[in-house]
Amino acid sequence: MSDERELRVWRGEGGEGGFVSYRLAADEGEVVLDLVHRLQATQAPDLAVRWNCKAGKCGSCSAEVNGRPRLLCMTRLSALPPDQPVVLTPLRAFPHVRDLVTDVGFNYAKAREVPAFVPPAGLAPGEYRMRQEDVARSQEFRKCIECFLCQDTCHAVRDHEENKGAFAGPRFLMRVAELDMHPLDAAAADGLDRRASAQEVHGLGYCNITKCCTEVCPEHIRITDNALIPLKERVADRKYDPLVWLGSKIGRRPRD
Amino acid sequence: MDDYESYDVVVVGAGGAGLRAAIEAREQGMRVAVICKSLFGKAHTVMAEGGIAASMGNVNSGDNWQVHFRDTMRGGKFLNHWRMAELHAKEAPERVWELETWGALFDRTKDGRISQRNFGGHEYPRLAHVGDRTGLELIRTLQQKIVALQQADHRESGDYESGLKVFQEYTVTRILKDGDQVAGVFGYRRESGQFFTIAAPAVVLATGGIGKSFKVTSNSWEYTGDGHALALLAGARLLNMEFIQFHPTGMVWPPSVKGILVTESVRGDGGVLRNSEGKRFMFEYVPEVFRGQYAETEAEADGWYADPGKHRRPPELLPRDEVARAINSEVKAGRGTPHGGVFLDVSSRLPAEEIIRRLPSMHHQFKELADVDITREPMEVGPTCHYVMGGVEVDPDTAASPAVPGLYAAGEVAGGMHGSNRLGGNSLSDLLVFGRRAGLHAARYVSELTQRPTLDRTQLDAAAAEALAPFGEGVEHPYALHQELQQTMNDLVGIIRRAGEMKQALDRLAGLRRRADQVAVEGHRQFNPGWHLALDLRNMLLVSECVARAALLRRESRGGHTREDWPGMDRDWRRVNLLCSLDEERLTVERQANPPFRADLLALFDRAELAKYFTPEELADER
Repeated sequence: MSDERELRVWRGEGGEGGFVSYRLAADEGEVVLDLVHRLQATQAPDLAVRWNCKAGKCGSCSAEVNGRPRLLCMTRLSALPPDQPVVLTPLRAFPHVRDLVTDVGFNYAKAREVPAFVPPAGLAPGEYRMRQEDVARSQEFRKCIECFLCQDTCHAVRDHEENKGAFAGPRFLMRVAELDMHPLDAAAADGLDRRASAQEVHGLGYCNITKCCTEVCPEHIRITDNALIPLKERVADRKYDPLVWLGSKIGRRPRD
Repeated sequence: MDDYESYDVVVVGAGGAGLRAAIEAREQGMRVAVICKSLFGKAHTVMAEGGIAASMGNVNSGDNWQVHFRDTMRGGKFLNHWRMAELHAKEAPERVWELETWGALFDRTKDGRISQRNFGGHEYPRLAHVGDRTGLELIRTLQQKIVALQQADHRESGDYESGLKVFQEYTVTRILKDGDQVAGVFGYRRESGQFFTIAAPAVVLATGGIGKSFKVTSNSWEYTGDGHALALLAGARLLNMEFIQFHPTGMVWPPSVKGILVTESVRGDGGVLRNSEGKRFMFEYVPEVFRGQYAETEAEADGWYADPGKHRRPPELLPRDEVARAINSEVKAGRGTPHGGVFLDVSSRLPAEEIIRRLPSMHHQFKELADVDITREPMEVGPTCHYVMGGVEVDPDTAASPAVPGLYAAGEVAGGMHGSNRLGGNSLSDLLVFGRRAGLHAARYVSELTQRPTLDRTQLDAAAAEALAPFGEGVEHPYALHQELQQTMNDLVGIIRRAGEMKQALDRLAGLRRRADQVAVEGHRQFNPGWHLALDLRNMLLVSECVARAALLRRESRGGHTREDWPGMDRDWRRVNLLCSLDEERLTVERQANPPFRADLLALFDRAELAKYFTPEELADER
């Protein structure tokens, strides 16, 4: 029942380091995180890795397995080539801290730049009425467990450090889409145009819909099709519809 | 004094209770620090699945706070602090509605209100939910409310963190005191391994539970009883630590996922439990106190889903302690599944698309981790350590520790609310109701102080030396000690308890405590999980000993405490709370009378039912 597997782990600090190979027993049904735990318990007690729930719900144990961004707790060994080593590296798009741990502060900084939900005036708590069909779209995006795998894989940041200032990344553009599609968000009444800010503040234009984010999402959220493309369409409507443009110039609020 | 920061209120823990406390304290004008053991937004609350119990009456208008209160007391077998259960039932709806004003998106009823689902022990559909990921919605909503408050501070001060700061991946190892009262916290930062000190006159503990002391558990990495241990070390007492909830349905196979939670919503939405003979066995396990409230035939049970007015509830929806014991008995009697559980089947009860809509996480979890398609075949499930009812002794209204001025506790780390057994869905509401109360009363306490406490150099030095001890000479391995602890608690203080085994557990725990003094870690201080575990061990060992001592003392079976040698529920024991305290190195447990019930709350039950729980003298007194 027990197999032996080779685990090649990138170990080091502050970006300096290299691969270390370990051989370990692996049991039926195990996930990569089981191997990492066994490694800590037997050979490398100070191996740095983040994890919390080990059930795919918290999004802590993000790393790259054989070069692909994944959750360690949801990657079964049986899904990886049995005759090759399991190669573990830290998320590439974020500054390295130690071993498999990176500084994901970029994501928390971006989260703060998206203005929060604006409650509608005149509706007291308990008076909110929304139809299931209308909340379902934003609910899909609220399945996000903030593992930041989409942020890691998006080539607009992965290969272009210089874009980080201007680009919120798929997770936080999806957050803008979520709020824009919230049936009761009153941002407009507050003078906040979420669509315009998607383009102007959060860098929606950097996204060229290659769908890499959707492919790595462990929650199978259709980030590109359901959040980013509709957001782009809404921004385009706003920008290029001459009537909307005229309306905005003569001080009337454009209709949704 | 070395570098330290000053805040008005420090909240230790960033799950539902901690974030709700922080929001409240901030809104009361306090400068608030939130200490978060993991990354912000990863706390254990995220794992809650089924929902938040609140008697909004959106699905059945017969619901109200009194019915919720009754269900909660029955679920806890009347050991709950009645005042906490009352406040909880009364305030839960407001706390849920408030979340909508912060952007939460619950599933809806046809008329656009918050939908509510059935759950074990709740008379009416009561749980506000989002599919089976309600905890994620709760944590994200609170996290986003914190960000909203920070954005407001940023507009005023130019600094997001001027009024409310989240310290991510910081661990508190000691509460600091000035005489009797709280003076701040001491701990370490994971990323650098450096120490930090925060001076604050009020500390809210919101650290969650203790499940990582058990081998088979649904609890995450964080659940090492930190707040329980910090409270003990600071001079507070722990209440009724013997009561541990084993959730009836955890995954049992493959071994890698053993213990991972399978939500009670599976049963609330129609799932049934069967043994290896195909028998729906729960009908055999309706205990005397609940007889008459549950269906006696499959036809009646099945009729309830469509017409609850004319049928009694299926016995699969008994409180969790009853279902967990029933599963345990079936497996012991040789009627278990190939991997030592029982079958939980929803595939024959609902159409596939409905299962995927209502239980998306369960569908995903079984498919990805166990190669089981729950729309086509049954799941194999068995009990898993899930929740501790016991916790820090608190004042029911203010969440304050009566023993330590300035110390507050809310959520799972606090005791009293759930009695001997918590109902599903009452945890998320508990977090919100008592998180808010803790934040509010901590703020009031601070604003009424005339003089701030001061930090004491000796305590800081001692805390630093304690934290660095694992880098000294030692021979014990933290991972090995942890595994022995988990095995001990699982085997000897688990779901069914016996005096001899618990004495054996206490011997082993004493041995483990001695060996923990000799623990040694490799490497340096920066993001070192071995070191972190070595520090967690102190907490897990202290708390485990409280559990074992209290469990040995309580000679009855009630809720999450089942004694094979004392199988009956004893009305005299209902009047008794067990309180643990720490004196130097020694833990002691003492008995204390349970406060008498308020008459108007007692009047919500009929006398025949009360007679099952209260002694005749108690009921005579009430008259």
